[in-house]
Amino acid sequence: MIARVLKPEEYFIEREPYYQAVGDEIAIFESAYRNQLPLLLKGPTGCGKTRFMEYMAWRLKRPLITVSCHDDLTASDLVGRFLIAGGETTWVDGPLARAVRCGGICYLDEIVEARKDTTVVIHPLADDRRVLPMEKLGVVLEATPEFCLAISYNPGYQSVLKDLKQSTRQRFVALEFNYPDAELEARIIGRESGIDAAMAQRLVKFAHMTRHLKGSGIEEGASTRLLVHAAKLMAAGVAPVAACRSAIAQALTDDGEMLAAVNELSASLF
Amino acid sequence: MSGPLTSAEIEERLDEFLDPVLSSRRTASEPARLLADFDRAMQEFVLRWTGIIASSNAEMAYQFASHVPRALGLMDEAGIEAWIIYFMDVYDKTGLYPAAQALQELDAYTQALNQKATGLPLEEVQGILETFVRGLNGRAMKIEAGQDIYTDTETLYLPGMLSRFAARADNFRLYKAMVAHQWAQTWFGTWRLNLGEAATKFADPVRAIRLFHSLETVRLDACIARELPGMYRDMCALRQAHVQPLTPDNWTDLATRLQTSGATVHDSLDCLHKVYSDPAPDPICYQGVLLPERVEQAMALRRERDKNAFRTALAKLAEERKPAPEREEATTETAEEPGFTAQSLPDPDMPEGFTFELLLDGQPITPPDDVQSVMDSIIQDLGEIPDDYLVAAGDGGYHMESDAKTERDPTDVWKGTYHEDGAFLYNEWDHERQHYRKNWCVLRELDVHPQAPEFVAHTLSKYSGLVKVLRRTFEALRGEDKLLKKQPYGDDVDIDALVEAYADNASGLEMSERLFTKLHKLERNIAVMFMVDMSGSTKGWINEAEREALVLLAESLETLGDRYAIYGFSGMTRKRCELYRIKRFDEPYTDMVRARISGITPQDYTRMGVTIRHLSKLLNGVDARTKLLITLSDGKPDDYDGYRGTYGIEDTRKALIEAKRDGIHPFCITIDTEAREYLPHMYGAVNYVLVDDVRKLPLKVSDIYRRLTS
Repeated sequence: MIARVLKPEEYFIEREPYYQAVGDEIAIFESAYRNQLPLLLKGPTGCGKTRFMEYMAWRLKRPLITVSCHDDLTASDLVGRFLIAGGETTWVDGPLARAVRCGGICYLDEIVEARKDTTVVIHPLADDRRVLPMEKLGVVLEATPEFCLAISYNPGYQSVLKDLKQSTRQRFVALEFNYPDAELEARIIGRESGIDAAMAQRLVKFAHMTRHLKGSGIEEGASTRLLVHAAKLMAAGVAPVAACRSAIAQALTDDGEMLAAVNELSASLF
Repeated sequence: MSGPLTSAEIEERLDEFLDPVLSSRRTASEPARLLADFDRAMQEFVLRWTGIIASSNAEMAYQFASHVPRALGLMDEAGIEAWIIYFMDVYDKTGLYPAAQALQELDAYTQALNQKATGLPLEEVQGILETFVRGLNGRAMKIEAGQDIYTDTETLYLPGMLSRFAARADNFRLYKAMVAHQWAQTWFGTWRLNLGEAATKFADPVRAIRLFHSLETVRLDACIARELPGMYRDMCALRQAHVQPLTPDNWTDLATRLQTSGATVHDSLDCLHKVYSDPAPDPICYQGVLLPERVEQAMALRRERDKNAFRTALAKLAEERKPAPEREEATTETAEEPGFTAQSLPDPDMPEGFTFELLLDGQPITPPDDVQSVMDSIIQDLGEIPDDYLVAAGDGGYHMESDAKTERDPTDVWKGTYHEDGAFLYNEWDHERQHYRKNWCVLRELDVHPQAPEFVAHTLSKYSGLVKVLRRTFEALRGEDKLLKKQPYGDDVDIDALVEAYADNASGLEMSERLFTKLHKLERNIAVMFMVDMSGSTKGWINEAEREALVLLAESLETLGDRYAIYGFSGMTRKRCELYRIKRFDEPYTDMVRARISGITPQDYTRMGVTIRHLSKLLNGVDARTKLLITLSDGKPDDYDGYRGTYGIEDTRKALIEAKRDGIHPFCITIDTEAREYLPHMYGAVNYVLVDDVRKLPLKVSDIYRRLTS
């Protein structure tokens, strides 16, 4: 088995990703896309933001270029840089420039993690100019109507350092994501992992218990993604309590007392 | 070591320590006689500890000397030390009489010690159980040790120690079952019924309540079996271990009724009428008792509180939704009352199978989290949201203050009322005991009385030359972008390096790979806390110098852009440690802050340990890479109640070690010329400076900055 090698702009999603709409987010995304408006996805970790982007990329039949932002991400990491090859400098596009050139969807995941000076390079792309100035080349790249910019951000971080600047956030159409309601979440878990409905419901209930604890020792409750992980383990024959311990409790916290309490909750439930 | 001391010798040594509490009828001769039988090492051990205890309290030392001969028969030296720490903790926390009693109850102590080997003390698992019960449905409940096992719906009372089983895990399971049972009472609606009132209809209310509890247990266990099967399995195992059937044989029909999923507390009451003549079954091991009158009290309080909180929140919600009045006449018109309604929605997660949604003028609204939790609490208590709750609080109808507890004025301590509400309690290190004195210091944050800020202007003009120099030094310290050349990887090609590399290549040398430039951002990420001595000894020119230094510092730090806070400290005795807020971290450098700096006045003593502990806590709440705690002081730690000499220095040192452990760099700037004798021990050899001229003070700070942050 050899892994496929693809250029980012050739990365089309071919099979329909499973995505269960919670509200009118698909319609809003499509309208924004048609009107060439950039999008901001807000929501806690593991609630389906990235999956939604994959689904929309499939639906709109555009390549999806994802950049996971980190605190050392510079503007040239996004736009591009000169490299040296064979005694000459050659220009290499960054992922953002590639997405603009090929009319793809550029998704900047966890944008607040990027440095403040990096965030501003998307400003000209995110308003009605829709251009990417490439200072080092001395050119301006104009985006085609197919190009779409989307960023995601988790407002749950309480740190003032990890907040989005007003000048950035006020350029975007915002979609708020949250964990789906209990019934839907159980359906998603069942669909993703193949466990039966009763077990999926119990898992969701467990997730709600951990979400009650948010702020009193853990920063976030169990996300839908973690539930799916636990459910997959269960479907593979791991005992429910053990699956919850490895896939959920350990992922939530390192604090011994908290771990014990979360494990007691799962032991009571299954 | 020579042979054992005689009883006369021991008595003489004891007399030294115990003199204040001895009289002609109460002498140390009896303990001395008993101690004479032990070997010399043991005698010295006892005498040493008697001395240490006597430094806290002579009466305690006397009690110790009287009981220690017997204790030596029961425990080894390590055991005795643990015992001393135990009763001295009681002394620190609650005073002489309870401590003396704890000391005298030596047998109970050793018995508990033996139990501890297999038993499980509540305090070890309290945290886990509290988190557990909070996780069950989101409403936090306290867990406390109590005589009876019951709940008043706010707090769960459990035995302080469980040793019913040989294995700790089993004892923990029993604790968990007790918690689950009591939680189930609050969640599955046992207290929707006014049990106290219902019981009075029976000839023997006490008996009725007992029977009712047994019936409720049947119902609640069935609820738990449905909701928490894992928990239920544990409960069954516990019942089996105690050979306790869930129901007496003749209750089978009733049990079937109570175990159906729709059964409520009223079914249990109905059944009570039928079984009232039966003998009450033995309570199940995790069942505890029902105390309706305590529940009534707690619930009445909470209902009132929730109702007020909810109505106030509704008023706020209505306010936010209301469009701003367009014209003046609009305000004079009687505004229409906003109509809140509640509508039930199916929700399989709730015990009754539905929950409520809040509607404003027919539109569903999502209340903020805090309002939602009040709403949940109301629904849990009442099963609905009554109409009178849905009236938004009118202007002046309810005051936010009515919710706040009556706050007592912190300055009351001056009038002799030692209350500890709103104060912070801190441990203090006793180097002789080699243990902390628990909750020993009572610290309060107070405000400095602001003074006209002319002092600041005066200082700035007086030192105008210095201020300029300072600005320049601090500007140079400010983080700047730096272009790093010859990097192996970077944003741009370093043309110079490339040319050089080609030249190397042409002359047959190996080509360098470092051909890029990289922009390196120097971000300053520093939080600095200034702790200013406001003790009485600073009166006069020292206080003046401190204030001037603070003004210059604040100016410099504003240039630099680092986060900083300034607190003054003073106090008198452990019960009244005071911290004066001058500038908090989140406060800008305003005229108010300037006025507070001007208003720094000498107070009483310097108890440094507790101040360092509190300020470290504040610093820990700040997210910064480098954290500094800088003390401006004029002398040794010193307080009225024996906090001086080695004791004070050792406690301060301990507090500084704790701070360092949390990643805080402590530093001391002092004007005490004797500081070299004790500061290196407290802060470490390099972490202090001695200043004799105020002009040097802010300049020194920039030195510290360069040293700690580069």
